[in-house]
Amino acid sequence: MTRTAEAGAGAGTRPGTRQPRWLWPTLAVPGAAWLAVLFLLPFYVVLAVAGGTVNPLFLNAVPIWNPLHWQPGYVRQVVGDLFGAGAFLGPTVLRTLLYVVVASAACLLIAYPVAYFVARQAGRRKGLYLVAVVAPFWVSYMMRMLAWQNLLQGNGFVNRALSAAHLITQPVNWLSGMPVTVVLGLVYGYVPYVIVVLYAGLDRIDGALLEAARDLGLGRTRTFLRVTLPLSKEVVYAGALITALPMAGDFYTNTMLSGVPTTTMIGNVISDSLSTPGQGGEGAVLVLFLLIVMLAPMIWYVRGTTRAGRGEAL
Amino acid sequence: MTAGTATQGAPDVAPARPGAAGRMRRSRRRIGRPSALRGFVWLYLLWSLAPVALAILFSFNRGSSVTEWQGFSLRWYTGDPYYSVLHDPALHAAVIQTVRLAVLTTVVAVPVGAAFAIGVHRWRSRQASAWTFLMLLAFVMPELIFGVGIFLLFTNLLTIVRLGTTAQFLALVAWNVSWPAIIVRARLQSIGDQYEEAARDLGASSVGAIRRVLLPMLFPAVFASVVLVFAGVVDDFVLVDLLSSNAQSQPMSVIIYTLGAHGGSAAAPALNALATVMFAMSIVAVAAGWAVYRLLTRGERNRGAGLALGPLAGG
Repeated sequence: MTRTAEAGAGAGTRPGTRQPRWLWPTLAVPGAAWLAVLFLLPFYVVLAVAGGTVNPLFLNAVPIWNPLHWQPGYVRQVVGDLFGAGAFLGPTVLRTLLYVVVASAACLLIAYPVAYFVARQAGRRKGLYLVAVVAPFWVSYMMRMLAWQNLLQGNGFVNRALSAAHLITQPVNWLSGMPVTVVLGLVYGYVPYVIVVLYAGLDRIDGALLEAARDLGLGRTRTFLRVTLPLSKEVVYAGALITALPMAGDFYTNTMLSGVPTTTMIGNVISDSLSTPGQGGEGAVLVLFLLIVMLAPMIWYVRGTTRAGRGEAL
Repeated sequence: MTAGTATQGAPDVAPARPGAAGRMRRSRRRIGRPSALRGFVWLYLLWSLAPVALAILFSFNRGSSVTEWQGFSLRWYTGDPYYSVLHDPALHAAVIQTVRLAVLTTVVAVPVGAAFAIGVHRWRSRQASAWTFLMLLAFVMPELIFGVGIFLLFTNLLTIVRLGTTAQFLALVAWNVSWPAIIVRARLQSIGDQYEEAARDLGASSVGAIRRVLLPMLFPAVFASVVLVFAGVVDDFVLVDLLSSNAQSQPMSVIIYTLGAHGGSAAAPALNALATVMFAMSIVAVAAGWAVYRLLTRGERNRGAGLALGPLAGG
């Protein structure tokens, strides 16, 4: 694959003109080569492992490099695990879907008002609000999960506050198999990204359009519903996407805040399969399934970015 | 802060325009609604920042509780002879590994990504758009999918690369090279071609025009990429976790995960201290970066905010 990039680099005309055409491809070659070998090639390896077999003695995956010889064994096995009689993966997939949908919706419900306020109504303090709202973006994800671990412990602040308010009589075991905790962790972890995306979109809306709506007699609520909301539709989709994609592959939030099989997500199954001898092939098939499901939304997002990038810039 | 602030803020701040029907009612609502919204924003800020602030606070706790305050000490940073960040070999090694990976990745990914952006921007062919598409795809690819792919690559095909620092470094560059590529590309689009053409008309060579004219104009974008890549590597977990081989190649995020997983029975305040060190690293990088960025873009409109927002929001 590197060859392609280098061949492309040499294909320009010879130097001599004042703007040699070989210069630009040459500049792009290191980045392109890095992507080809370390981003594209891995997907071929995933295919080869998914279509491969297992070494019966050492239980390590034996990839098959020739696509014509790929075996359907692992795919069949995973399909059986997903839909068959002993379908233990089915509930996990449904659970993942449920968590991702609920957490993404909660992210949007929290992020939209916040982003709207900062973009439209923060006035002169806009910069300050923006910094505060984006601050969690700069705090490591692991640290934020650790922070909730502290709060949700048996004698942590959450339990103490709840019993002080007489809402519970004995401490709740938040950190063991509570779906609420996992969804909270996901929302807490990803909401800053949604705010950033929504803010950028809402900030771009031309204030003159809103003024026109008001001048034409629309109230504040209807201006929002008829003008602002439709104009921010694309950016809401983008915000939902930018959280739902990584959430669907998340396994660490779950491990940090629950770590019990009853809240296992598909990401946990995949990451566990890599460290379990003999299961590398199934992990590869699951990754492929995840990729197939996500490819369309990813391409939609990338095309949106390219379109936006042509008109405007940083 | 951003260019539009003044004009967009105006309708809300200014009194109702003369002649607007029912302006009394509407202006009262104008005061009412934003304050409910403001209350919500403040609640959000409390919810999003207080847990982290408490974690930082309890890293300075004298005792080993993360819920009872027992007095200030630096025990978990330097004092404790066994469990402090300074003296526990695992935590100590994690700090070094994080710094090593962050510096190495930034030093390689930023120039490679910036050169890629310049090259692809001017190349103008179908191949160039294909590479740009690939770069953007790498940007939105869920990290677990990429992580599993590159793990299988290093364990099945490129077995010459052993798991550990080398594998982590190679993967992190591939993963982070999109940041500089996208930010520099956006900046190139806003600059346009005319400056460079003028330089060449005045006798500069192509390379000279890049070096003397384009690069200085791109510097703010390059610099923003340095900050984002550095902070991104410090924060990274999935790749470094999948590709770590032993305790020596586990950076801070992986140690926190390993010791703190499953409800955190092992989560001593030392982990909070480690997380605080990690936080301080990002904050120093971002604060320094922001200051320099402001300095570099003095006199330009729309500065500062674009540092992180532009590429994420797609323009």
